[in-house]
Amino acid sequence: MLAAAGIGLGHYLTVGAILFTLGVFGIFLNRKNIIIILMSVELILLSVNINFVAFSAQLGDLVGQVFALLILTVAAAEAAIGLAILVVFYRNRGTIAVEDVNSLKG
Amino acid sequence: MTSDIVSFASLAPAWPELVLAVGAIVLLLAGVIWSRERSTAIAFLAIVLLVAVIAVAIWQPAEGVLFNGAFISDGFSRYMKFLVLGGSAFALILSTSTAKPMGLDKFEYSILVLLATLGMMVMVSANDLMSLYVGLELQSLALYVVAALKREDPKATEAGLKYFVLGALSSGMLLYGASLVYGFTGMTQLDRIVGAIALDNRSIGLIFGMVFLLAGIAFKISAVPFHMWTPDVYEGAPTPVTGFFAAAPKVAAMALFIRVVTVSFGPVTHDWQQIVIFLSIASMVLAAFAAIGQNNLKRLLAYSSIGHVGFALVGLSAGTAVGVEGVAVYMAIYVAMTIGIFAAVLSLKTKDGFVETIPQLAGLAQKRPFIAAMIAIIMFSFIGLPPLAGFFAKWQVFLAAVDAHLFVLAVIGVLASAVSAFYYLRIIKVMYFDEPKEEFAVAPAELTAVMGLSGFLIVTYFVTVGSPLYAAAHSAAGSLF
Repeated sequence: MLAAAGIGLGHYLTVGAILFTLGVFGIFLNRKNIIIILMSVELILLSVNINFVAFSAQLGDLVGQVFALLILTVAAAEAAIGLAILVVFYRNRGTIAVEDVNSLKG
Repeated sequence: MTSDIVSFASLAPAWPELVLAVGAIVLLLAGVIWSRERSTAIAFLAIVLLVAVIAVAIWQPAEGVLFNGAFISDGFSRYMKFLVLGGSAFALILSTSTAKPMGLDKFEYSILVLLATLGMMVMVSANDLMSLYVGLELQSLALYVVAALKREDPKATEAGLKYFVLGALSSGMLLYGASLVYGFTGMTQLDRIVGAIALDNRSIGLIFGMVFLLAGIAFKISAVPFHMWTPDVYEGAPTPVTGFFAAAPKVAAMALFIRVVTVSFGPVTHDWQQIVIFLSIASMVLAAFAAIGQNNLKRLLAYSSIGHVGFALVGLSAGTAVGVEGVAVYMAIYVAMTIGIFAAVLSLKTKDGFVETIPQLAGLAQKRPFIAAMIAIIMFSFIGLPPLAGFFAKWQVFLAAVDAHLFVLAVIGVLASAVSAFYYLRIIKVMYFDEPKEEFAVAPAELTAVMGLSGFLIVTYFVTVGSPLYAAAHSAAGSLF
């Protein structure tokens, strides 16, 4: 069902896996800005959506696409909350650099 | 598939959730319309609502599967729901008198706790990867906000930010696992995944998916190596919030963990057992050693809770009904001890504010003997000394592990428990044998009551709640196998 132009499930899963890895590394290797972390989180969720839609088309089963829609909605709520927390953090500290998130440790 | 929603009565298994959802929205409206200042009244009504939901759950013990198989109410979910509701209700009681000094005197706090509780109930009753995810996110999103609710406090907002980033990462991992499980089994419903696995005979993609899924949940129960957010969030968040985080959400996530591995991944028990054993050993050992150097009381309790999750996972490692029963008992006792210790921590107040570090506890036994005695009882119970409740909790899970021939795991567990005794005993030593330096304020009545109740249940566990709890856990675990 995905066979158009020779692009199969494997290709989609590879793209998904690459995006997921980029997202995870974006969170751990990024030393600059918390906004980039939020972008990485979105990247992870989108890679999952690619997986779900590809599997859904492959299996001929709608459930995967319903799941993808749910993820999109929750991702929007998550981004809103993340940005809100980021704003209150910025008001307190005057910075959103990752290396400044360090007052709690031990 | 035909819809199974025909009447209100047919929704009976989900009534507790429906009552809580409607009640939380009504209270939110009341909070907005009524007045933004009346946070105490809203908090009181929220506690009443939680008690009402418990009453509904007792009065309507309907079991069944709803919403095209996405929601299940069985013995296990009902047992865990009582723990979650009790934990949340007591967490709200703890924050009544301390809300103002802790910066939680906003009506949104109670509403967010209610919504998080709703999310936890959905998690506990989830029978589909979709409802699992939505419940988990409802809980997590509410908790991120609660952690950062004290907006003007840099520590609290930093805790919220860290919790958010790591929580979002864990949700992403959980979802990636869910997508692989879906792709390799063609199912999202937990009790159908199991059938697909038996046919498929364990493809590598499925195992990958399961590992990601379990890693995501391990974040939520804060098992090592996914624990790094816990000490920071526990320290940074206001203490009543920390008490809430330590009790109910752990139970809900643990219930989710148990349901996923036992219901969906029964045929690959050997594979997930290795993961659970690793998480368990890592949590027990790291918590035992990392807590030794802590001076901050809340950080110490964070490591303590990581350790307790490790001990509870010992029971799950067995992969048997007896093991799950042990975990169920452990979580109940853990909630009782956690609520008690946070009631005690919240009632420790000197003229400079709330006590945060262990040296500040010096001489507490002379100034406030009751609080000191309760802390000592709970600490001894944390260590697992008989005849206190903590002993029976650990005994059950180790027994299950030995039954399953996991001798090494049980031995490491007992050794970790012995190491952890060091830092628990240090608190007792500081309270009883160090010279008092400061005056402590009188504890508020409701905190004293909660402490007393917790201490009473811990001391008299064997003769009072022990056997009914055991019977309840037995039937709860029985509904999964």
